[in-house]
Amino acid sequence: MTGPFRALVARDLRLAARRRVEALLPLAFFTVVASLFPLGVGPEPQMLRQIAPGVVWVCALLATMLSVAQLYAGDQADGSLDQLMICGASPLLLTLAKVSGHWLLTGLPLVLAAPLFGLLFDMAGGSIATLTLTLLLGTPVLSLLGGLGAALTLGLRGGGVLLILIVLPLCVPVLIFGAGAVVAVDAGLPVDGHFSLLGALLIFTALLAPPATAAALRIATQ
Amino acid sequence: MSSTTSAADTTSDPATGAAARTAHPDLPAPRVRPGRPLQGAGLSCRRGDRWLFRQLGFTVEPGQILWVRGPNGQGKTSLLRVLAGLSAPEEGEVRWGGVPLREARADFARDLLFIAHANALKDDLTPLESLRFLTQMHDEQAPEAVLVEALRRFGLFSRRHAPVRTLSQGQRRRVALARLFSFRSCPLWILDEPYDALDAEGCRVLDEAIAAHAAAGGSVVLTSHLPLTLGAPTITTLQLDEPARP
Repeated sequence: MTGPFRALVARDLRLAARRRVEALLPLAFFTVVASLFPLGVGPEPQMLRQIAPGVVWVCALLATMLSVAQLYAGDQADGSLDQLMICGASPLLLTLAKVSGHWLLTGLPLVLAAPLFGLLFDMAGGSIATLTLTLLLGTPVLSLLGGLGAALTLGLRGGGVLLILIVLPLCVPVLIFGAGAVVAVDAGLPVDGHFSLLGALLIFTALLAPPATAAALRIATQ
Repeated sequence: MSSTTSAADTTSDPATGAAARTAHPDLPAPRVRPGRPLQGAGLSCRRGDRWLFRQLGFTVEPGQILWVRGPNGQGKTSLLRVLAGLSAPEEGEVRWGGVPLREARADFARDLLFIAHANALKDDLTPLESLRFLTQMHDEQAPEAVLVEALRRFGLFSRRHAPVRTLSQGQRRRVALARLFSFRSCPLWILDEPYDALDAEGCRVLDEAIAAHAAAGGSVVLTSHLPLTLGAPTITTLQLDEPARP
């Protein structure tokens, strides 16, 4: 059953490679918005260090939501989604493949770019490492939840805004524990609990979001 | 439901003609897996409060071609989507070899080739990549030569590495239909308006493919608003023009 999974991920990566500018938009959005904060809040290093984890996390969250809105729309418009639904591969596997492709294209670049933003906000080395690790655990959750929202709002007009309204509240726990871990490191507190909770959230979402997404896609292709 | 036999008088027997052309030196002869009867039992479909069709019953045996006819908006596409298992009928059920579709899903998915009105092609992929992707998703084993040959049959050999967005509507339709040659072993073909946007040559290749498939024991369900020019012996017609009753 890994054939269809790999084929779908490879196709999405190939499509992104053919549309490089579009594929880089989430990262560009993340960069621009995160860079606005020092300009708006003022250049005081102490203040920037304090808001950095929250800013980076919120920007990552918004960048993910913006890019995930079109996850299934293209496939539905050109008829590919119908073919995916009847090709015999499990719909669970298909949603996991789509989400994996999305994470590789959006989440992973954000994780890789996070240390640079840590430097921009003058964070300490330990905080930067923690921030990157929390993003590594947290961005897959965002992609999974975003994929669910994209499937639920598939074919609706104004689906993009609706998606954000549906999914953002679900992302609150990830945001709290992700940004909280960095704050805890700064305060010299242990962060094992934060990481455990992020890991638990990832497992929980990975188990529940794909079946719900598959069901939503089945309804959308009715 | 009436049964009509096509009286098209083609110059050569299309079935044997197509078979002869398929005998490419490097390729194994395509073999259609044994099919089963596709049965619609009491199918009804509703859009809002309007019935598109009610209590439709028919059987498509292996080797048979079913032509679904009817004016626009009478539910031809809806019926095909129900038969393909994409949507559930309001009433009734579809059976594949006597087993309801929801229980036979794995078998049915392997046996079905559904080409919808939309071509399921990505603008940024090439025809060859699109065919390869759709074949991989179907878990079909088709060597590269088969895919290239499938495109060649539809006259797209020279365009096989061009992005789909540079192709015309008719050429895109041909790419979608090239799956008929790369999925040769699927016993059931469901084709929604396959002749759409095709030129005379494209129609001829498609006619041959359908006739050869039926001759090899495969079954075909298709819609077409144009009269069929198939030389195949048995075409069953399913007319959907019952006045819609609330």
